[in-house]
Amino acid sequence: MSQRAAINPSAPLSRVRAGVGEGGRAARSREVLERAAALLAPLGLLLFWELLVRSAVLDARFFPAPSSIVGTFYTLVFVVPWQNALPNHLLVSLSRAAVGFLLGAIPAIALGVVMGLVPLVRAALQPIIGALFPIPKVAILPLVMLIFGLGEQSKWAIIAIGVFFQVLIATAAGVANIERIYLDVGRNFGASRLETYWTIALPGALPLIFAGIRLGWGVALLLLVTAEMVSSKSGLGYLIWQSWQTFSVEEMYVGLVTIAALGIVSFWLLDAIESWLLPWKARR
Amino acid sequence: MAGAPDGRESICYSAGAVRVCRPLEQRRRGRVSMVVEGGRGMALTEAELGELDGGTRLRESPTAKIATEQLGKVFQARNGRVVALREVDLVIPDGQFCCIVGPSGCGKTTLLRILAGLEEHTDGRLKLTHADPTKPLNSMVFQEQSIFPWMTVESNVGYGLKMRRVGGRQRREIVEYYVDKVGLAAFRRAYPHQLSGGMKQRVSVARAFANDPEILLMDEPFAALDEQNKNLLQEELLKIWEESKKTVVFITHSIDEALVLGDRVLVMTASPGTLKADIPVEFPRPRQVYELKASPAFGELAYNVWSQLRDEVMRARDEEAVRP
Repeated sequence: MSQRAAINPSAPLSRVRAGVGEGGRAARSREVLERAAALLAPLGLLLFWELLVRSAVLDARFFPAPSSIVGTFYTLVFVVPWQNALPNHLLVSLSRAAVGFLLGAIPAIALGVVMGLVPLVRAALQPIIGALFPIPKVAILPLVMLIFGLGEQSKWAIIAIGVFFQVLIATAAGVANIERIYLDVGRNFGASRLETYWTIALPGALPLIFAGIRLGWGVALLLLVTAEMVSSKSGLGYLIWQSWQTFSVEEMYVGLVTIAALGIVSFWLLDAIESWLLPWKARR
Repeated sequence: MAGAPDGRESICYSAGAVRVCRPLEQRRRGRVSMVVEGGRGMALTEAELGELDGGTRLRESPTAKIATEQLGKVFQARNGRVVALREVDLVIPDGQFCCIVGPSGCGKTTLLRILAGLEEHTDGRLKLTHADPTKPLNSMVFQEQSIFPWMTVESNVGYGLKMRRVGGRQRREIVEYYVDKVGLAAFRRAYPHQLSGGMKQRVSVARAFANDPEILLMDEPFAALDEQNKNLLQEELLKIWEESKKTVVFITHSIDEALVLGDRVLVMTASPGTLKADIPVEFPRPRQVYELKASPAFGELAYNVWSQLRDEVMRARDEEAVRP
């Protein structure tokens, strides 16, 4: 990629030819340098932080040293009983997010495809969705808890609702924006309605559906933590809220770092799934 | 309905009739006789066609693959009615390669879409003869990029067969044959984004032929290609077509292309489009594109077509200039 970028189409041929060899080598060493910078900069920042705390420039009560956070991390993983351990909190949170996400995303994709293809359904649902979507989902958490109780169901429900709208809107837009000619091809080659959904509408909308799934997963994590802070005795949100109430700042940082890691890893995973499901998309 | 004694099925549509693609679907489920809907679209045997009021031209052309009588199409636009086609009388016999040329915007594509069942006509009658109900009636090759980006070359070529429930092995064999034929064997598992424009149109042509329809409808399939690719694809198309001798309706704006490919060239008027001239093209087959183009007879005929077309092109241009 970077090699290709080094070739300037408007440059005279002799210069271009020289550029392939030298430019290629230069690009490679630049790449190595960039990777090193990406790795070293955060490490440097952590070291700087540690030094600031140790020299008492930063208040260790609010900004505990990275080394002490790592210590707390170890304790939370290996020392405390399973009930209060970090892996337990992580698993509980993950299962809540996953269940809620699936409950929201699957019906959203199904309905979104129908909305995208059937103008009448779209006309009927558009205003309802337009009215409901802008409500901050956190605002209806009390109502959801009223209806579903304080148990797991209310967490699944609030996450599902948040995910549902994101994925629905993306899917409907994705299907509605499929080039009309592909639908003409389907008709001309005798595809039934179901076959049209399955072989044209769904795959054609998949890139946008994936964009919706990404946004949806972000919303899921947000609502997960909120719901766990409000009404839970387990999960990462609970861990963070609990450490605020007991003023165990190190634990709070452990919770934050874990959530951040969860976010990063899950988006990596989504990337991998996307390139596996969409081999036909030209890579940048 | 079992059809006439010789087993032929005629499908006749009056104005505003049901889509042609519906019988295509129904044929797949073995229900040709169910084409009747609301007394407008009718599946008729030849005998029944004879009793039809009007429809003289349809009646008098029993061997026609495609016949239209006073066919017209009016679009309801927001600022009034737009007449796209008027009084098209057309008879295309089975196995003919028929090219239609006309100025841009004259309604050639609309005509083709009506024949394909993607559009409904609003006036007149259309008769399409579906001789073998086990085969699809028509397949279209579109002008723009129309192959599915999310399918490999193979899956694209096999799409029609899959929709017709042609089984795995048979489908693979047919697909392989046509992928080979259009010279894309090395790219069978490639996705369209890895192909050039010419290769994509090859896939589109292969997809239509693999579906083995009785009628091939081609809407300026090579218009977007460069000259070399265009000539290559024309030769390939001729080769494949000469094997199968399907009825072809080929829309183009290029007189050369129409003369190289067709048995006959129909010239359309400027909008609202109707047929202006019907010029037989009697060059022997098999044809070699470049040799043919170099012959004096070709030049003469091309001039002949152009003299018919010129006025229409001028008129289309003037109207474009007048339009706000």
